Amino acid sequence: MKEIALHILDITQNSIKAGANEIRITLSESIPDDLLSLTIADNGKGMDAESCRRASDPWFTSRTTRKVGLGLPLLKMNAGLTGGGMTIDSEPGKGTTVNATFGYKHVDRPPLGDVSGTIALMILSNPSINIVYSHICEGKEWSISTSEIKEALGEEAVTDLTIVRHLREIINGNVAEIRNFQTGYDKY
Amino acid sequence: MEKLKSLADLKRIREEAKTKLDLRVRGDNPEGLVQVKVAMATCGIASGAKQTMDFFVEELDKRGIGAVVTQTGCMGYCYAEPTVEVQLPGQESVVFGYVDRKKADEIIEKYIKNGELVEGIIPVNYEKID
Repeated sequence: MKEIALHILDITQNSIKAGANEIRITLSESIPDDLLSLTIADNGKGMDAESCRRASDPWFTSRTTRKVGLGLPLLKMNAGLTGGGMTIDSEPGKGTTVNATFGYKHVDRPPLGDVSGTIALMILSNPSINIVYSHICEGKEWSISTSEIKEALGEEAVTDLTIVRHLREIINGNVAEIRNFQTGYDKY
Repeated sequence: MEKLKSLADLKRIREEAKTKLDLRVRGDNPEGLVQVKVAMATCGIASGAKQTMDFFVEELDKRGIGAVVTQTGCMGYCYAEPTVEVQLPGQESVVFGYVDRKKADEIIEKYIKNGELVEGIIPVNYEKID
């Protein structure tokens, strides 16, 4: 995957397939710690220890339409290439949490990409799932969620195509604000 | 246009645009809406499905077509990604392969607007791997 945003879009699909009704996506960045951390936590059906162990094996998949499953293996590979790694915590019936860490300044770290557009698209196309996105930058945090939007604008607002453009703008502006308090983040 | 900073701003501009929304009778009859499902598994995303979905969301809205755009999983046509399933109101759904922006534009103009079939349809009897 060429962007962190595309990994988010991809891994979240696993949570949707697992029947989650709440997915928490947290992106945390810190130049001083040289760390970019992505966490996707869901309350879906979870996996047993064996599936969890094999989830990052490209030849393992729970689906039947094809014989490979590359989402987690690609994320693991990209994280590993930058000196980071990936962990999966899962419990049947409780949910799954995937965490990937990247060397922030590593030349192979994919750029964040269109994170705001990705989150907006996911909110639009999964109106029944509460998607919570938090962006943390050196201790400052900003977040948005499907339930927050529904509360402010009404239930069916989240399925309105017009909303994507506006949500993207809102996410972009607020994330830029918490990233800009210390310069340097735009360089990467 | 002013910059949107919060959900309160968004609420205000939505109220201003309400008349426009009402014209499209959104939400009242979901069966009357065009359904567009973009395959968004690893294979689709790696092939540019996000740009395809962005295009559909933006253009259907701009061109005033009442539609629901959602993500779906891998339909098994990984070789033909990005794939898009389109269902016109009251009709069988049709799956298109290799849908880039150009193809998406053709699908909107010809198929969605006029019901004309365009090249690139994946036949429904195509066999999946087991």
